Amino acid sequence: MTTVTVAAPPKPRAERRAVRGLRAAGLYTVSVLVGLGVWQLLALHYGPSLVASPHETLTAAGDLAADGTLTNSIIASSRRILIGWGLGLLVGVPAGLLVGQIKVVRQLLEPYIEFFRFIPPVAFVTLAVVWLGIGESSKVVLIFYTSVFIVILNTSAGVMSVGESKLRAAASLGASRGQILRGIVLPSTVPHIVTGARLAMGNSFLTIVSAEIVAAQVGLGSLIWTSRNYGRIDWVFVGIITLGILGFVFDRVLRIAASRVLRRYGVKL
Amino acid sequence: MTKAIQTGPAPARTEGTDNREGGHGAAVRVDGVGIRFGSFHAVDGITLDIAAGEFLCLLGPSGCGKSTLLSALAGFVRPFEGALTVDGQPVTGPDPDLGMVFQSSEALFDWLTVRQNVAFGPRMRGRSRAEQSELADEYLGLVGLRHCADRFPGQLSGGMRQRVQIARVLANQPRVVLMDEPFGALDAQTRQVMQEEMARIWQASGCTVVFVTHDIEEAILLADRVAVMTAGPAASVKSVYPVDLPRPRDEDDPAALDLRRSLRQDIGEEVRKALRDQGLDEGPDQGLDQGLDPEETS
Repeated sequence: MTTVTVAAPPKPRAERRAVRGLRAAGLYTVSVLVGLGVWQLLALHYGPSLVASPHETLTAAGDLAADGTLTNSIIASSRRILIGWGLGLLVGVPAGLLVGQIKVVRQLLEPYIEFFRFIPPVAFVTLAVVWLGIGESSKVVLIFYTSVFIVILNTSAGVMSVGESKLRAAASLGASRGQILRGIVLPSTVPHIVTGARLAMGNSFLTIVSAEIVAAQVGLGSLIWTSRNYGRIDWVFVGIITLGILGFVFDRVLRIAASRVLRRYGVKL
Repeated sequence: MTKAIQTGPAPARTEGTDNREGGHGAAVRVDGVGIRFGSFHAVDGITLDIAAGEFLCLLGPSGCGKSTLLSALAGFVRPFEGALTVDGQPVTGPDPDLGMVFQSSEALFDWLTVRQNVAFGPRMRGRSRAEQSELADEYLGLVGLRHCADRFPGQLSGGMRQRVQIARVLANQPRVVLMDEPFGALDAQTRQVMQEEMARIWQASGCTVVFVTHDIEEAILLADRVAVMTAGPAASVKSVYPVDLPRPRDEDDPAALDLRRSLRQDIGEEVRKALRDQGLDEGPDQGLDQGLDPEETS
C-alpha cells in the first residue's frame, strides 16, 4: 500500500486504481469523522438523558457485549432476516418467473400482489403473534412477507423485459419452451432478481424491529424496545447503530457476491 | 433496360458461380400470402418462388412489410391467408431449418461467450460437447472470428456481433437463411466489408438466402434476384429483377447501371406514393426525384 506517487506521467493502471482507492477511503473516513463530531456536539447540547454520546454508546456496547446480550441479539436478528429473506427469494423467484412468463398466472396473482404490496408488515404484527405464537415463526413469516412481493415484482418485470428477438432467435435455433425458460429467460432476468433481492434485504431490516416488538427475548429490535422500558438511552443507541452497521455489511456482501455473478451480464452494481 | 420478370424461379446460373459445396438449400414458395395484425393489412397477396440455393433480396421502402414477410417465413408470424412452403413442407412455426439473422445484435445471448452463442443450436439439438465446439469453431472460422471465441458479445464491435449472429445461424446448418437488414446499423465501411464477406459465406454454405434491405447497392452486390415491394400497408411485390452480373461483383460495374436505374425508379415511385398517402408529397417533379436519381437528371 506504500505506492507513493512519483511524478512519472504515464502511471500504471494498478497504481492509478490504488490512488483512487486511497482517495475513496480517505473521503469515507472524513465523512464518518464529521458525523461523529456532529453526534458528539448534539450529545453535549442535549445531555445523556436524550442523546448518548459516542463514548457512552461505545461503553454501553462494551457492557452489552461482555454479558453476551449484543452478540446474541445480532445472531438472533440475523438468523430471522436470513431465513425469512431466503424463503422470500426461494418462493419469489419461481413465482416471479411464472407471473412474468404465463399470462393467466399473472392475471390470477396480480390483484393480490397489488393489494398486499401496500400493507406494511407492522400491520400484521398482531395477527402474526395471534396466529403463529410468540416463537421464531411469527418473526420469520413477517420478514418473508416483506421480501416475497418485491422479489416477485422485480423478477416478473425482468421476465417481461426480455428482448423479443432473443426469444425468437432461441426458438428458431431449435430451443423448446422449457429450454427457452431455463436458457434465455432465467439468465436475462438475473440482474432484475439481484435488484429485487437487495431491495428485499432493505425491507427485511426495516421490518425486523417491528417484528420483534412483541414477545421477542433476544434480537436487536427487542433490545431497542426493552431498553426503552429501562430508560437506557445508551442501549437504544447501541441497538440502532448495530442495525445500521449490520445492514451495511449484509448489503456489501450481497453486492460483492452478485457482482461476481453479474460481471458477465455486463451489469455493474 | 432490364424489364421486370414476375415471380418465376431464377434462371439457372451460368456464370461459373455454381462452385459451391453444399447445395443443401431448400426451395421456398410464397403463395398468395397475406398477413394482418387485427384490422391492419401489413402484407397482401404476395407470391414468390425462390429456388434452392438462390440469394433473393427483398427491396423496399421502410415500413413496407418486408420484415413482416420475413417473420412469417421464419414461422414467428402466421399468415392470414395463403401458403408458405419450404421444399413443399408448410411452415408451421420456428424451425432450425429456417435460420434468422436479426437486424439488431440484441438477439445475441449476452451472458454466453461467442463460442457458446454459436454452439447454441447444436446444443439444443443434443449434439455432444465435442461436436458443439467443433461446429462453433468451424463457423467462427468461416466468419473470421475464431480468435474471439472466448469473449462475450458485449466486448465486440457492431460488425463482429453481426458476424457472430451469422455464424450462430450457419452452425445450425439451416437450409434457408433469413436476414433482416443485418448490416443496417453498421457504418458504411464495415457494411461494405460485411457485404463482400456475405457473398463469400453464402457461396461456401450453399443455403437459400432471403435478404431484406432498403439499400439498392446492397441488393445489386448480393442478390441473384431482387424483388421490389410496394409501399405498405397491404404491401405486395411490385417487380422482380434478375441480377445477371458475374461474381465476385464490383460496385462500379457499368453493366449494373440499367438495373440500378430501374430499381431506383421503382423504389422512388413507391416512396412518393407512401408520402402522398401521408400527405407529405411535394409535387411530382420535386425533391425526391432529384434526391434519389442524380444521374437521370443530369
